[in-house]
Amino acid sequence: MTARRRLEAILLPAAAAAVLIAFWHAAVQATGTNVFPSPAAVARGLAELARKGLLVRYTRDSLLRVAAGYGAALAIGIPLGIFLGWRPGPARAANPVIQILRPISPLAWIPVAIVLFGVSDLSAIFLIFLASLFPILVAAMNGVRGVPAMYRDAGRNFGLSGTALLSRVIFPAALPEILAGLRIALGIAWIVVVAAEMIAVNSGLGYLVIDSRNAGKRYDLVVAAMLLIGVVGLLLNVLIQRVSRLRAVRWGFREEGA
Amino acid sequence: MLLSEEFGASSSTRRRETSRALCAKLTRALNEKISRSADASGAPMAQRLLPFAGVAALLVTWDLAIRLSHTPLLPGPVAVGRAIAELAQKGFLIKHVVASLFRVTWGYLLAVAVGVPFGILLAWYRRGGLALAPLVEIARPISALAWIPLAILWFGVGDLSAVFIIFIASVLPLSVAAMSAVGGVSSVHWNAGRNFGLSASEIARRVLLPAILPRLLVGLRLSLGIAWLVVVAAEMIAVNSGLGFLIIDARNAGNRYDLVVAGMVLIGTIGLALDAAMRSIERLPALRWGYASAAGRAA
Amino acid sequence: MIPAREPVPGRMKLEIRGLHMTFRAENEVRVLEDIDLEIREGEFVCVLGPSGCGKSTLLNIVAGFLAPTAGTVKIDGEEVSGPDPRRIFVFQERGVFPWLTVEGNIGFGLGRLPRRERERRIAHYVALVGLQGFEKAYPQELSGGMKQRVEVARALAVNPDVLFLDEPFGALDSITRLVMRGELLRIWRAEQKTILFVTHDIEESVQLADRVVVMTARPARIRRIVDIDLPHPRDLSSRRYLELRDGIFEEIGLAHRI
Repeated sequence: MTARRRLEAILLPAAAAAVLIAFWHAAVQATGTNVFPSPAAVARGLAELARKGLLVRYTRDSLLRVAAGYGAALAIGIPLGIFLGWRPGPARAANPVIQILRPISPLAWIPVAIVLFGVSDLSAIFLIFLASLFPILVAAMNGVRGVPAMYRDAGRNFGLSGTALLSRVIFPAALPEILAGLRIALGIAWIVVVAAEMIAVNSGLGYLVIDSRNAGKRYDLVVAAMLLIGVVGLLLNVLIQRVSRLRAVRWGFREEGA
Repeated sequence: MLLSEEFGASSSTRRRETSRALCAKLTRALNEKISRSADASGAPMAQRLLPFAGVAALLVTWDLAIRLSHTPLLPGPVAVGRAIAELAQKGFLIKHVVASLFRVTWGYLLAVAVGVPFGILLAWYRRGGLALAPLVEIARPISALAWIPLAILWFGVGDLSAVFIIFIASVLPLSVAAMSAVGGVSSVHWNAGRNFGLSASEIARRVLLPAILPRLLVGLRLSLGIAWLVVVAAEMIAVNSGLGFLIIDARNAGNRYDLVVAGMVLIGTIGLALDAAMRSIERLPALRWGYASAAGRAA
Repeated sequence: MIPAREPVPGRMKLEIRGLHMTFRAENEVRVLEDIDLEIREGEFVCVLGPSGCGKSTLLNIVAGFLAPTAGTVKIDGEEVSGPDPRRIFVFQERGVFPWLTVEGNIGFGLGRLPRRERERRIAHYVALVGLQGFEKAYPQELSGGMKQRVEVARALAVNPDVLFLDEPFGALDSITRLVMRGELLRIWRAEQKTILFVTHDIEESVQLADRVVVMTARPARIRRIVDIDLPHPRDLSSRRYLELRDGIFEEIGLAHRI
């Protein structure tokens, strides 16, 4: 990117953000609301959270839950997906099951989670696991199925078969698609953790959103929490996009920054 | 077989014979269909039954798991089936399904009306895109549910809140889908439009819109899926009817977990139906051309 | 990796007898009929025919990726039952593994060698195909011609007895194609491999081959086998070259005035 474009890429969003904040401030002044917070109030709310140590603690709690649920989904979804993509027989049996379970909102599983695990971290982690599992599973399946026969034949030609063929040819070839699924799953996991925390646990950013309202109509904290959720979610997304840009997988991603 | 059972017990011989002939005819037709279909596709009958086997296995596992774990609370498939029947009988099935669908439709259509043009504009005007895309990226990970307190603040507890939540949940994914669809239009097509002397609005109408349609539809389908997920969640908190409400209420008002799971099954089925309906639109011949190049990753 | 046998020019390498191939899809498609062919060690044989006539299918069967409906294929007296590193198939440049560097690709089949030997071989073949300086590049950074060279190098590195090439230069521009043909001949003379090369380009077949097997359209049969008795390097303006080329034009029934 030329220097001017790079400058634009930073200044323009900053300018747009500034305009938005100004508009927000003006709207609050104009409507004279005493409930909805002004930008300044939200900033003060954030400072308050930081002071009380809640900022770090709640963010960390949410992130840990995501790590646990997402990690479990990775550990199960990728091998299972690769297996189903490789063997069409079991895939045909499993496919309708997957298609039926997939549209069930992870949040609809909340009552089941509560019965199985009570109101606890485990409930939230279970929900995150369920929500992340399907995108990862489907991506791994499709990734393996989409590997061009040419690569498979070349691998066999060089004397590879079975696990060697899978690990040296099929898996690397499917990796871009798998990464795309991982990225989607991470986004979903972050959304679900917030939702799960609203209902099933007592800490974390989602809890902060609901509790700030319930425990005293602290809408400044509500909005502060929302902003935090957005920023952390964005950072997670950027992180996984970085992985997709590694040269060993970049070949599979033709458009960037989508 | 059912016919003969029903009729055979208490009717005249003539009816019995007719029904038996009818059964024989049905069985023969069925057998013919099975053998013909096995020949035509070349795939052995066993393979074609695999999907049903999978579902059957799931149901059996579920049933066994419930029995073996002695959980008094969680229901087995039979109890759930009965619960659905109960809902249908009492008229609640229709009522809740319609309520949820109603909210989704309004929220989703509003999101399409706002989000798609917004996304197209973001892609068309490079500077606008540069300015606003990062803000969109920050807003996107904020679960629609985080907006619930604000929704209740602005709209109170009710339909409007739920519709607002669904709107919020769908509008950004739709914008991003529209943006990326525009980005995917081959420059060859842009140039051809300009070459033939089309004005900007003509290019928009005659080149852009048709060209983005396949990819856009995929995005529409995925966003509809998101909207459906969110309506359930929105209803758990903000309203008094609908499938989401059913799930929470059934538990709170008496631990009727059979109704809870019945609600889940309904949600899953309707979600699947919505997805299938959108997919069939994608398959229309006027649109199918776009699928070799369009987001094949969207499974 | 099996050490290569000393090539004995003139000995029969590849024997195809009574080959038939029928695909059973919606309806039966007879692709190959009655193919009998003998190829001697060290020969360069081109299979020439229009697109879609079945010559790629023939190559796939001989390489062991497909099983014929009838007939036998024997290499070194052994019947072919599957792909084998002693006979490497060179696809078009799309066969190069995009997740590996040039070095990684060329070294793909050399896993069992000690590290120093492996590196030596890779360096040798990088030089042979003229890609010095690009060892650490990824395929997406290379041109079509360069990718094709990587694939040839990868095939040669495992020292196969036979090379199968399926229209390998089809995706390249005509200038690069001429260059690549010269390179291929140079490598062939240096390494003394048996080569079976499929093409639809009449000029290409006469420029490269010792013998040209002219195929009919589908269902493909051998129409004629033409001996190319030109010495290397081949003068593309010589009378004999033009005679042979025009002979094949006539054989196929093409006019040579447009």
